[in-house]
Amino acid sequence: MRTVAVVGASLAGLSAARSLREQGYDGRLVLIGDEVHRPYDRPPLSKEFLAGTLGEAELGLETDGEDLRAEWLLGTRATGLDRTDRSVRLADGRDVRADGVVIATGAAARTLPGADGITGVHTLRTLDDARALRDELARGGRLVVIGGGFIGAEVASTAYALGLDVTVIEAAPTPLAGPLGETMGAVVSGLHTDHGVRLLCGVGVKGLSGEDRVEAVLLDDGRSVPADIVVVGVGARPCVEWLAGSGVDLDNGVKCGADGRTSLAGVVAVGDCANWYDPRVGAHRRVEHWTGALERPAAAVATLLAGGAVEPGVPRPPYFWSDQYGVKIQFAGYAGGADSVTVEEGAVGDRNVLAVYRRAGEPVAVLGMNQPRLFVRLRKQLSAVPGAR
Amino acid sequence: MIPACRLADLPRGEAFRLDIDPPVSVFHTDDGEVFAIDDTCTHQDASLADGWLEGCEVECPLHASKFDLRTGAVDSPPAKLPVRTHEVVVEDGMIYVRVSADAPNLPPCIASRLAGGPA
Repeated sequence: MRTVAVVGASLAGLSAARSLREQGYDGRLVLIGDEVHRPYDRPPLSKEFLAGTLGEAELGLETDGEDLRAEWLLGTRATGLDRTDRSVRLADGRDVRADGVVIATGAAARTLPGADGITGVHTLRTLDDARALRDELARGGRLVVIGGGFIGAEVASTAYALGLDVTVIEAAPTPLAGPLGETMGAVVSGLHTDHGVRLLCGVGVKGLSGEDRVEAVLLDDGRSVPADIVVVGVGARPCVEWLAGSGVDLDNGVKCGADGRTSLAGVVAVGDCANWYDPRVGAHRRVEHWTGALERPAAAVATLLAGGAVEPGVPRPPYFWSDQYGVKIQFAGYAGGADSVTVEEGAVGDRNVLAVYRRAGEPVAVLGMNQPRLFVRLRKQLSAVPGAR
Repeated sequence: MIPACRLADLPRGEAFRLDIDPPVSVFHTDDGEVFAIDDTCTHQDASLADGWLEGCEVECPLHASKFDLRTGAVDSPPAKLPVRTHEVVVEDGMIYVRVSADAPNLPPCIASRLAGGPA
């Protein structure tokens, strides 16, 4: 293999590039990124960076003096992949012909139809998004967050700490019920009301009002919520349009085996755009977690370098964390398969809790709120059960 | 030298946090060795004493950075800077720590707080 192209230069792409070098790949390495920035860390964008306590210099993911001996093509988007010679076509007309391709193009924030061009309406995914939102939040006022998921909740928490008047609107009856289940979703989203942040659940958004600048969020039930700033946090979609017609099998992102292999030889996929098969659940799961973007590229790169001849391992259960209102929230596993949730330490009312999700008596997930010590031990136990479903 | 705890009170595989500023953690490995490093992860505010000890390596409980207890070196990201290591002396069953004179590598949020910046 003489040339490997890594398409996507965020955490998953950088981790793939590092893995290539660590696993002895000595050939030409090309990193392609649509943003102009060097790889940076996204989790702080809704937290410390937005709050102004962490600067841009501290977001960089590369260490001082790190040299991957790579060609960096930044600020240029990939627009196509030619299956015959594995050429990656770029928006500026260039082609990068490669023997191996790592797809790491991530996901993009979903938007609200009709919100384009209205000042004061934001999504949060990139550094540029975060700069714009940070500057607006610094002026204060009334913030309405559409979507009670993790990004929305973290923005609400940060804005609350900055002194803004905050309302969160969630279409589902209980925020975070998908990732955490109904019971614990209610506990974690209770952090909003604990702090006097308004939480409106079970109501959809009909649209926005305002001429040049947003003035209110209009709800399905006829209510109107005044807003100076609106953040739309309604999830992300995998960035895989550029692969249409390439022969790479697409299904909720890039459909992958348990080792990152795609339907095309010499092409693997990692990170938020990759829908990996998870033997623990016997199904494909597209995981948008930072930890997956950090850890899984090593397996995908091993697959790529071995020509697909390695036995896929069992990936660790997905893990994510969130920081809201000074509470550290940690979750590992899949809540969806659980038939019981038990509080094993602390109390939900104190927002200091360790909860274990079980299915037929076997632990399948664990949630911690301000319980890092116990959480890490239970997460290890979860990983140690190879047949855990 | 600062007394930490009695060796007999620190089982193998466990850690003891010394509440000085910045805090220091003493680890007793499964092989019976004792090491001391800064307790705060260099990436973000987390206590390494709450982390996962395996061999001579501790994994941060939040984001899974790994540090070598012997050298303080980063074995696994996201941390970019090593943790400071401290000399350990065990005398008459008591663990003592001689705190390093080097500057600590505290995470940006803590460093700015110490410098009087926004908390």
